[in-house]
Amino acid sequence: MTAKYYGLMAEFDSPAAILGAAEKVRAAGYRRWDVFTPFPIHGLDQVAGFKNSLVGWFALLFGGGAFVATMGLIWFSNAFDYPLIVGGKPMFSPPMSFVPSYIMMVLGAAVGAFVGMLALNGLPRLHHPLLQKARFALASRDKFFLVIGANDLKFSETETRRLLESLGGTHIELVEA
Amino acid sequence: MAEAATNLKTFVPPAELPRAPIVENNRGPGWLTDKLASFAEGKTPLWWWILFIPAVFGAAVLLPAMLIYQISTGVGVWGNNQPVAWGWDIINFVWWVGVAHAGTLISAMLFLTRQHWRTTIGRATEAMTVFSVMMAGLYPAIHVGRVWFAWFMFPIPNSNGLWPQFRSPLMWDVFAVNTYLVVSILFWYLGLIPDLAVLRDRATTRVRKFIYGFLAMGWIGSARHWHHYEKAYVVLSGLCTLLVFTVSSIVGLDFCTSQLAGWHATIFPLYFVVGAVYCGFGMVLVLLIPLRKLCHLEEIITPRHMDRICKLTLLSSLAIGYIYLMEYFIAWYSGDPYERWVFGHRLFGHTYWYGGWIMIVVNVGLAQLLWFKRVRQNLKLVFLIGVLINIGMWFERFVIIVGSLYQDFLPANWGVYFPTWVDICTYLGTLGAFFTMYLLFIKFLPLVAIAEVKGALPQADPEHPLGGAKGGRS
Repeated sequence: MTAKYYGLMAEFDSPAAILGAAEKVRAAGYRRWDVFTPFPIHGLDQVAGFKNSLVGWFALLFGGGAFVATMGLIWFSNAFDYPLIVGGKPMFSPPMSFVPSYIMMVLGAAVGAFVGMLALNGLPRLHHPLLQKARFALASRDKFFLVIGANDLKFSETETRRLLESLGGTHIELVEA
Repeated sequence: MAEAATNLKTFVPPAELPRAPIVENNRGPGWLTDKLASFAEGKTPLWWWILFIPAVFGAAVLLPAMLIYQISTGVGVWGNNQPVAWGWDIINFVWWVGVAHAGTLISAMLFLTRQHWRTTIGRATEAMTVFSVMMAGLYPAIHVGRVWFAWFMFPIPNSNGLWPQFRSPLMWDVFAVNTYLVVSILFWYLGLIPDLAVLRDRATTRVRKFIYGFLAMGWIGSARHWHHYEKAYVVLSGLCTLLVFTVSSIVGLDFCTSQLAGWHATIFPLYFVVGAVYCGFGMVLVLLIPLRKLCHLEEIITPRHMDRICKLTLLSSLAIGYIYLMEYFIAWYSGDPYERWVFGHRLFGHTYWYGGWIMIVVNVGLAQLLWFKRVRQNLKLVFLIGVLINIGMWFERFVIIVGSLYQDFLPANWGVYFPTWVDICTYLGTLGAFFTMYLLFIKFLPLVAIAEVKGALPQADPEHPLGGAKGGRS
């Protein structure tokens, strides 16, 4: 059964309702569940138990790497591989190398943040089981969906459905994998 | 009263004054989604075609024709000469970079300072940034003359064994402008992803579903998605804020590291940043005032939001006024006869005296009208002020570049500069290309950040009664 189904999907009407429902689902001991909303809802991160996103580290790594690499490139090209005397300036000096290195750091960090966001979210993704459901299109409009995964150890079609009903979820549907 | 007095011991914060809502008439997320997606989905209105056809003529006929003529013949088709080696090409480069800056300031800096009203205009101004940086980047590339060697500017190993000379600010500029382009596209696209998913979910035809689905990259708005997304957005905002201050600074360094009187001033990096932001606000006014009317966004881009942009414009005009004053003061205080000569001739010289006056009267004088609420509320007048700011700021760059070059240290070396028809048509072509891209953007992409505006509504706050909270805020 777990292979056949992705999970159970329930629809909620307001941010407060979905937040309350998510708290209760977690309290009921479910671990593989997710919430789908048209905009970020504050407080959901804590309920879902997310730690600080790693995106910042991606940015730091890419940005720092770009900074060091550009410094190295400037030293290599202007002071080592083809030293060129210009206006009696030193072949390599931190102040003149700082500006392009700094700019490349910004570029690297921006690319890092973007790539990190995609990588941590598993995007780009061509398809998702939830997109089969017609009502799920409302998740980008004004409805809030809570999905309990069929791979959750506590998942049971009847019990989980009952829980979602008791939380006030509507249009509860079983999503095929 | 007595109660308040006893409360002095146990401090009770005063009741929060209700903030004015971002969107008028208490619209909910469903209505907003329909409204904001409608322009990209509905029938193309007549005005769009009326604007698009001349713009696309500039982009597809005028600009390519001028580029082909200039590249095949040489930079001599422009008015550039000795001593005025930088003419309309660099003026327009600086002008376009400047236009870009307000978009980044609005979308990144106002995000970091939690100005929620910027959600309604952020997307439109970011698009302005992206397209104007593209136009800016074009100019230095064609200005080098032999465009087919433009790749020499990048550190690519080549058979000559040569490398770029990194001690030159012109080299830094190459990196700055390219970085600005890439980062502003990333920032813009990151913001677009959830909205592309909105358009995908609403698509009625297979083609639209495929294209928007492809661009949305499988976004489904899960809690995890938003968690990483918000972090990435903050990081990119911070980086874009850095760029607001650095890109134009580096453009300023192009000038101030040279020894020329009128350019050789330490205030230049800051001067260019402030000028850029100011000019960009002018362009924001020019774009948004018609846009909100034509696309029926009056409830979303409210008069209050326009009022705030006007105030920011006024603030940057005061900053630019201060810098003009400092420039003249330092020219006098330096005691340098060449500096004094250049600055005196900005206002009382021959040939270009009008540029100096336009720059001061428009950029500093005219914008003071924005002190008056009645002026700020009259959007037709504000639109006119926006147009004039763009012209005034164009003349500022003209005065800085041509006004400093045409009469330098040696009178034997003096000359005059006038643009040729190629200069003018190239500029018109870039304007056409900018507006073509802008019109295509408003036609095919959500011109207001749908998810962001919805997220800033009281309906999105789980602790607000409209967000479903019982009993309201405690």
